[in-house]
Amino acid sequence: MAEEKLKKPEEMFEVSLTPGTGDWMEPSAGFRKGTYCYGAPLKHQKYLDLPNQREWQPSNEDWKLPPDWKETILEGMERLIKRHRSFRLFLDICVRCGACADKCHFFIGSGDPKNMPVLRAELLRSVYRRYFTPEGRLFGKYAGARDLTEDVLKEWFYYFFQCTECRRCSVYCPYGIDTCEITMMGRELLNLVGCNIQWVVEPASNCFRTGNHLGVPPHAFQETLGFALDELKDLTGIAIEAPINRKGAEILFVAPSADYFANPHWFTFLGYLMLFHEIGLDYTWSTYASEGGNFGLFHSMELAKRLNAKIYAEAKRLKVKWVLGGECGHMWRTLHQYMDTFNGPADFLEEPRSPVTGTRFENAQSTKMVHITEFTADLLYHNKLRLDKSRNDQWKITFHDSCNPARGMGLLEEPRYIIRQTCNHFYEMPENTIRERTFCCGSGAGLGADENIEMRLRGGLPRANAVKYVKERHGVNMLACICAIDKAALPPLLEYWVPDVGVCGVHELLGNALVMEGERERTTNLRGEPLAAGDGEGDVR
Amino acid sequence: MYLLYSLILIVIIILVGYIGAGILGWYTLFSIIAPYFALGVFIVGFIYRIVLWARSPVPFHIPTVCGQQHSLPWIRSDTTESPHTAWGVVSRMALEVLLFRSLFRNDRAEFRQPQRLLYGGNRWLWLGAMVFHWSLLVILLRHLRFFVEPVPGCITFLQYIDGFFQWPLPSFYVTDILIVAALLYLFCRRLFNPQVRHISLLSDYFALLLIGGIAVTGILMRHFYKVDLMEVKRFFLGILSFNPVVPEGIGTIFYIHLFLVSVLLAYFPFSKLMHLGGVFLSPTRNLMNNSRMVRHVNPWDYPVKVHTYEEYEDEFRAAMKEVGLPVEKNE
Ligand code: SF4
Ligand code: SF4
Ligand code: SF4
Repeated sequence: MAEEKLKKPEEMFEVSLTPGTGDWMEPSAGFRKGTYCYGAPLKHQKYLDLPNQREWQPSNEDWKLPPDWKETILEGMERLIKRHRSFRLFLDICVRCGACADKCHFFIGSGDPKNMPVLRAELLRSVYRRYFTPEGRLFGKYAGARDLTEDVLKEWFYYFFQCTECRRCSVYCPYGIDTCEITMMGRELLNLVGCNIQWVVEPASNCFRTGNHLGVPPHAFQETLGFALDELKDLTGIAIEAPINRKGAEILFVAPSADYFANPHWFTFLGYLMLFHEIGLDYTWSTYASEGGNFGLFHSMELAKRLNAKIYAEAKRLKVKWVLGGECGHMWRTLHQYMDTFNGPADFLEEPRSPVTGTRFENAQSTKMVHITEFTADLLYHNKLRLDKSRNDQWKITFHDSCNPARGMGLLEEPRYIIRQTCNHFYEMPENTIRERTFCCGSGAGLGADENIEMRLRGGLPRANAVKYVKERHGVNMLACICAIDKAALPPLLEYWVPDVGVCGVHELLGNALVMEGERERTTNLRGEPLAAGDGEGDVR
Repeated sequence: MYLLYSLILIVIIILVGYIGAGILGWYTLFSIIAPYFALGVFIVGFIYRIVLWARSPVPFHIPTVCGQQHSLPWIRSDTTESPHTAWGVVSRMALEVLLFRSLFRNDRAEFRQPQRLLYGGNRWLWLGAMVFHWSLLVILLRHLRFFVEPVPGCITFLQYIDGFFQWPLPSFYVTDILIVAALLYLFCRRLFNPQVRHISLLSDYFALLLIGGIAVTGILMRHFYKVDLMEVKRFFLGILSFNPVVPEGIGTIFYIHLFLVSVLLAYFPFSKLMHLGGVFLSPTRNLMNNSRMVRHVNPWDYPVKVHTYEEYEDEFRAAMKEVGLPVEKNE
């Protein structure tokens, strides 16, 4: 991205939401630098046995498609229509009312009409009409039907990789038409002829081999964990242990791998470790299942299932009773809505029960996996932790609902409860931009690549704008969230649109506030920043 | 362009009705064959589409959750927008189908300087859609008086209420006025809202114009070209008892109205109007948010190639042993 100068925020902000008079049926795909992601490298295509393996870039004229690509796509489409009611139904019943049009952050941020969810879906729907409905076969263009051509395929690629599968459009559609679902199907089809992006395929291939997206081998995982424990020893004076691959533990803990490798995820990671130590949790990390995230979900259902299989397999091998999961967005979409179907039934596990409070998580009784904010909120509610809220006083906090936990699970109050218990200053963003109506960070669904920076900044504009609002109104300087992609994507986004607002995880806030048995007096927070003045004693709960 | 084409189509349909029945006098064709045919297509087509949808599998459990989940007992869950019981789903669907809950959320994104992005409430679409659909329903129910003998009390009552306000003129039905107004609104929105105009297809204009044509001919028939209602009723009773008689002495306007309705019925199963049935089957709305509570089964599930722990350990065993990580095989 260094070679291309980015526009200034004032220029980027000049967006018109009024589409021109052109006909959208003319295929168009810009592949302008900064608005698309690179193609998947051959090595990783090979490792995952993907179809039509070759070196390839979307900006190339020749995509090296197989000679029978068209038949492949149409056969694939027929198969998907037969397999997914959502697909058939959503292709059939859209009335083009336009209610979803300006709900997509990519449309708002770019003004490109093909980023209106309804048009994104029409890109595929028009081909469906042409080959699968009588009116489309008969009347062609006049029935809204288009031939499948290479240009149409390129257009699909461009726009299906400008959708973060955030499902905001689905909330507003009177029939619940979920353009995320259409995008997923669109990507499945593109995969059939070998068109996917590096930022999806490479992490997926790494995860398949090493257990996590970053390709961290087991010994390096252990080393990283060691660094974290050293850091905590320096901070608190307590020697914490964190077991790895330990058989017979009660709980297997799975987090997104970014938590132990990236910033500011790291501090959330520290927060987990402190919490587990403080309550004396009988748990284990795993190196084989060292990733909760699942980039397979951004590729195909099949790949999602292949990657997801490790969690149950490892839970079985380690003979744990249930599984606890860290802070991550799409990871939880997979765990909540897909895992049990993919790789269940988990009849070798037990219904999750908090060893500290005795609470049964009956909402997870089949999948047997609990979200860490559910677990921690329950601890706090039962007063099992000692907290010093004032250690977060340097921050005025707002909370970004990550799309997947919000619209996939309905996990809205649990993280807020933890924030309120651990911080004194918490302010909500405007109502139209949080909870089920939350705006995506703009980098989900595998679009967080550096080369895609302009599109990411555009897609993140609505979120950033809401942050700006609370910053100006309440002086908010920290945004908390529970998604690993958010934690990676939001810092550059906010730096661009709303400088001086940081990003943190909810368990970082907990880690700061947590008063540990036998800890030495803290002078800094987890980030090593000095605590706000007048602190130390005081409102310990 | 599409607008023009669909206008031409509607005019052709009206002309066909006018010439065929009014001038050439092909009464049998327009009063008996066309309606029967249309009704047949409608019934068979509608059922076919619904069955096709209903029989397509729902492999994954994908509700779009719009409220707090049911989790810890002290957190109040949203039982409608994030239903975890069957009743919750029923209430969610009822709100959606009867009150257009999701459209009610609608807002509009707008840019303002300096660098402000605002969301204004925008319930006009909701209002227009509500008025249109509810008026349509009342009008359809009112029409039942032509199809059943004796007319049930509730229908007469509905008709009475609808005409009660005597607005804007005595004997006018409120719903007639409302539906025309709502159609006009929806039509103008399609035409003048640049986003909606950009996405509109021929069929979108066509459906609006067709229904508009039916409404207008209906109103004309009632107030300007009075038709013999007893004869109309006799005709429909004949149709329904499969004993059709060509009605006598009914104005051409009736034939045009009837023909438009026939076209609508025959067109219905092939069109987006099928959303009437589809909305009930939408998996993002009609599933409970209990994905982790009850296992959802994928009927076409198949085994996939995974990377097993054994393969993983084989690759990394030496390194794992070196740093003291436990391994399964110790050779
Ligand atoms: S809101 Fe739903 S029905 Fe309306 S245009 Fe969008 S997808 Fe189609
Ligand atoms: S799922 Fe999100 S990104 Fe995709 S079309 Fe809908 S609103 Fe836009
Ligand atoms: S990255 Fe976060 S905000 Fe973006 S789609 Fe995923 S969950 Fe949503």
